[in-house]
Amino acid sequence: MSQRQVLQVFEQYQRARTQFVQTVAELATRPQNIETLQNAGVMALLRPLLLDVVPNIQQTAALALGRLANYNDDLAEAVVKGDILPQLVYSLAEQNRFYKKAAAFVLRAVGKHSPQLAQAIVDCGALDTLVICLEDFDPGVKEAASWALGYIARHNSELSQAVVDAGAIPLLVLCIQEPEIALRRIAASALSDVSKHSPELAQTVVDAGAIAHLAQMILNPDAKLKRQVLSALSQIAKHSVDLAEMVVEAEIFPVVLTCLKDSDEYVKKNAATLIREIARHTPELSQLIVNAGGVAAIIDCIGSCKGNVRLPGIMMLGYVAAHSENLAMAVIISKGVPQLAVCLSEEPEDHIKAAAAWSLGQIGRHTPEHARAVAVANVLPVLLSLYMATESSEDLQVKAKKALKNILQKCTHLPALEPLLHDAPPNILKHIVGQFSKVLPHDSKARRLFVTSGGLKKVQEIKAEAGSLLQEYINTINNCYPEEIVRYYSPGYSEALLERVENYHPVL
Amino acid sequence: MATLARLQERLPSFKQEYFSRNRFVDEYRRTEYCAAVKIQSWFRGCKVRAYIRYLNKMMVFIQKWWRGYQGRKMFRKMAETAYFIMKMNFYNEMAVRIQKRWRGYYIRKYIHNYYALKKYLEAIALNNETVRKELEEFAEMKEKEEVKKALEREKKKKDYLARKMHYLLSTQQIAGIYNSPCRKSPDPWEMQLKKAKPLRHKKKKIENAMDLPWHTYADSFGFQVMPPLPPIGRQKPQGPFRDTVEVLQQRFKPLEPSVRVVASSSSLRRTQEEEKQEEWRNRIHDEAFMPFSYNVPDEYIPSIQRASKYGQSDYGIKHFREEHPEKWITNKDFLTMLPSIPLFGKFGQAYSRAGQFV
Repeated sequence: MSQRQVLQVFEQYQRARTQFVQTVAELATRPQNIETLQNAGVMALLRPLLLDVVPNIQQTAALALGRLANYNDDLAEAVVKGDILPQLVYSLAEQNRFYKKAAAFVLRAVGKHSPQLAQAIVDCGALDTLVICLEDFDPGVKEAASWALGYIARHNSELSQAVVDAGAIPLLVLCIQEPEIALRRIAASALSDVSKHSPELAQTVVDAGAIAHLAQMILNPDAKLKRQVLSALSQIAKHSVDLAEMVVEAEIFPVVLTCLKDSDEYVKKNAATLIREIARHTPELSQLIVNAGGVAAIIDCIGSCKGNVRLPGIMMLGYVAAHSENLAMAVIISKGVPQLAVCLSEEPEDHIKAAAAWSLGQIGRHTPEHARAVAVANVLPVLLSLYMATESSEDLQVKAKKALKNILQKCTHLPALEPLLHDAPPNILKHIVGQFSKVLPHDSKARRLFVTSGGLKKVQEIKAEAGSLLQEYINTINNCYPEEIVRYYSPGYSEALLERVENYHPVL
Repeated sequence: MATLARLQERLPSFKQEYFSRNRFVDEYRRTEYCAAVKIQSWFRGCKVRAYIRYLNKMMVFIQKWWRGYQGRKMFRKMAETAYFIMKMNFYNEMAVRIQKRWRGYYIRKYIHNYYALKKYLEAIALNNETVRKELEEFAEMKEKEEVKKALEREKKKKDYLARKMHYLLSTQQIAGIYNSPCRKSPDPWEMQLKKAKPLRHKKKKIENAMDLPWHTYADSFGFQVMPPLPPIGRQKPQGPFRDTVEVLQQRFKPLEPSVRVVASSSSLRRTQEEEKQEEWRNRIHDEAFMPFSYNVPDEYIPSIQRASKYGQSDYGIKHFREEHPEKWITNKDFLTMLPSIPLFGKFGQAYSRAGQFV
């Protein structure tokens, strides 16, 4: 036998293995094949191939495993149960960069499904090797490693703490300074995932000096990077006043407003979320945002988009208005109320409507001036109809009711209140009639108008229990008018009059 | 005594007289008494009245004084009160003034300043306007950039297409499809094609890193446990070629640089240096080793040629042939191997048609 013939056997064997692995990897990209592959015992076959002598086959096997594990958590669990992870972790430290990438991909695919699976990855000591991979020269390896770390940290604070304890944060901060956009994106996303769980974790990220670098990248032309950066900043800022102030001190302010004009919807949403998280904490921070023109930008942003992208902006307006009356006035002056009214009536989804209702309530609850501004925008009937509608969710109903109550208790703008008299339920009517009873004794023109517009008649028709608050208000209103008018408008007056005519005996 | 005698003499008359007198007195006693009483009563009345009048007068006097005193006292008190009230009012007024100012100041400063608020809100409205405008401008700028980029992309695509379709360009003989003779003017594509440079043949690129022979990307970090097996998964090329293994061994043979390339240019000098050092280090005695007897250096003996009295001949330096024609066998010089180029031979000696030297 010649050397060639001997080699041919090996070549055939290698060719077969390569073909097998490549085909499996190819098949694993299509969801409809997964079931069949699983039933054919692909896991058991791929596992020995991870230890193959030919690196090409190893890599492709890892790739196929990653694709399978990516598909659903059953397969990911099968990877964990098949004791593949220790093998991967071991070779993650040893092999070349292509293998490292593929192995990190498997870890990521396994870890993304559930905290338990991520915990399994942590338990087999993958974090340390992944952190070492973060120090690799190859940006692809770094990217894959930070991606896997981010997916692990995403689940809960213990896992994030584990990632932090492995010392990943300083390296991730280094990664966001790399020139490769993709790596920066993933690293920013991982930082966001780590810092979202608790103030301590966010503080760790801040201590590593991430904010300055993140803030610099706000102006980056790449939309996907911007998304992640803004998300990371908002996750940092959401925990406490101190962290929010740190974020503000990075001079993000006029700059971040430009993101609200971005063509990418998610950039808009994340920018609005960031501003909301900052505005939420204290009146001073809100004031700062108002002074920077953030409210106007947010209002424009709300006007320019639809659906869920609006939500953080709407909530931000509510938070700002809730802090103080001056800030609420600033929102009104920036023409926020009409925009919120549009959201309230246009949006199809209940949770956005609920947010808009809440924000309007926060704006209108301070003084009669505020309530007037809200009432003039014709919000009250909409709120009432939302409260009364049977198809609106419970949360929406509660929010609408609370907003109505807040606004009504301050509202002295009677023309806006009058239409509500006709179709409000008793628990709302109480507040409306109460407002009338407060205003009418002091305003003669309003008294006159109240009669001519039929309000008095409506008030007489209300059936209130004797001694209730509503009855007291009605009495106060009735006391403002001469008795004949009150009697004239009370129901059944015409019959009483006719009866009197019948009973009248003319004196001849 | 005489007196006594006289008196004694008179005694009886006295009795008479005494009696008569007493009777007389008793006769008038009542009237006199009444008169006396009248007088006395009148007098006493006068006296008492005078006294009462006096008393009254005094009383009035006292009362006048007292009342005056009292009145003055009261007045003084009233005046004092009035003054106090006046002062009080004044102070109150002043206090109100101060409080007014202070409260106004305090509230405006710390609690609520309507004008400042108004101003602030106006400023915010203005600021909002500017921010809106700026953002608008920013968005517009972005949009323009986007449009420009899209245009550029399109142009690039068009250019590429033109390069790709360069073969459709019309030649002198055959009109291309964009330059149909039926049309009045050629299609703009014709111009585009004219401007474009034809695309060169692309080398076939290796598509996926995974498909590469792993040897090319095995970096220094991985262990190379096995000698490379031949890469597989490729079509065997046609033709009577050498065995693949042999070719690959040739192809992936490690570089064998020549000694000259491997060695450094200064290696000789360094080696000499090293040797010198070595020698210096290893020698036992620093003084140079001398032979026992003094050695006289040899005298310089010049070579025969240099020493000849005719001096050095030119042969081999200036010429390599015998210079003496008389010793030649033929009367011709040696022929040069190549004939001279006639054009160069005539250079500077021939004339052109214009009568100038060529």
